[in-house]
Amino acid sequence: MQRRWLILGLIAVLAVSAAATWNLVHTVKKASTPPPVAIGGPFNLVDHNAGPVTDADFRGRYLLVFFGYTYCPDVCPKAMQTIGVALDQLGKDAAKIRPLFISVDPERDTPEVLKSFVKNFHPSLTGLTGSPRQVQAAAKAYRVYYGKVKEDGGAKDEYLMNHSAGLYLMGADGKFITMFSHNTTPEDLAAKIRKYL
Amino acid sequence: MKKATLLIAAIAVASLFPAARSFAAGDTKAGNITISAPWARATFAKAKTAAAYMTLNNSGDKADTLIGVKSAIAQKTGIHRTTMENGIMKMGAVGSIEVPAGGMAMLKPGGHHVMFMGLVQPLKEGANFPLTLVFAKASEVTVTVQILKPGAMGGAAMRHQH
Repeated sequence: MQRRWLILGLIAVLAVSAAATWNLVHTVKKASTPPPVAIGGPFNLVDHNAGPVTDADFRGRYLLVFFGYTYCPDVCPKAMQTIGVALDQLGKDAAKIRPLFISVDPERDTPEVLKSFVKNFHPSLTGLTGSPRQVQAAAKAYRVYYGKVKEDGGAKDEYLMNHSAGLYLMGADGKFITMFSHNTTPEDLAAKIRKYL
Repeated sequence: MKKATLLIAAIAVASLFPAARSFAAGDTKAGNITISAPWARATFAKAKTAAAYMTLNNSGDKADTLIGVKSAIAQKTGIHRTTMENGIMKMGAVGSIEVPAGGMAMLKPGGHHVMFMGLVQPLKEGANFPLTLVFAKASEVTVTVQILKPGAMGGAAMRHQH
């Protein structure tokens, strides 16, 4: 009697592990052919002049999109400077491109703050913000991660953000073309962009 | 004759210049530590944060550590570091920066920096401000941070590298 239970138990364990193995193999198989992940998409935001904008407003122009926040004093100004210098190097072609700085910190980055920030870097740089929900949707479309980091004992509005720091080049049709590292030099960025224009 | 003397004088001055330059632009000494050309970016009018950068050289045979930073330009001044993990930029406070014996530590964009939170007023290009550095071994020292343009990539310290 006890033996029969033991055998039944063994069969059960085998069945479970076989199912698990099949599942694993199946999952691995699935993972090896991932569906193409679309980067970019529709967004509804507010520009640095406090006017509503959507992605459709920029059709016909290439977009250079960076997600950041103005409280970031280290990497974000550097990335904006890189964009500004690269656009200057592109000369006339720069008119085909609209650089966008999308804030991942809508609570502190009001249109007014963004306006003060963007004018430091390039006349065509547009700052975008919105409600937390609007920003979340835009970040999701671009597969951008962001999250608040609070320091111990800091005030409520005193925090830093972790965020994806890639630079996206989108086509005049709004479709994703390529992505650059925020560390790219202005010369390199200009040369690479020129190839796609 | 007068012209020749002038020329010689000019050459003499010119030849002194590179040496003079490596001392000038804001080098400060504290014990074995030399702080080279501290700089910060000018901030936009409504900015609440700023960062400062510099190079620390240690001529001693023992490591030293930058353990604190103090300034009056912001409510909070601290040692921070930016790191990249899988394309995600992270920034946070670090307690200290080690300056190895006979070596250097660089505070530069995208890495270690002095972080100012709650700026009392925006940093204006061309101006400067005092920053006090506290080392574990070298004495406490106050340096003058030069404010460069908003998109500056590197300070005078970078130009000193030969």
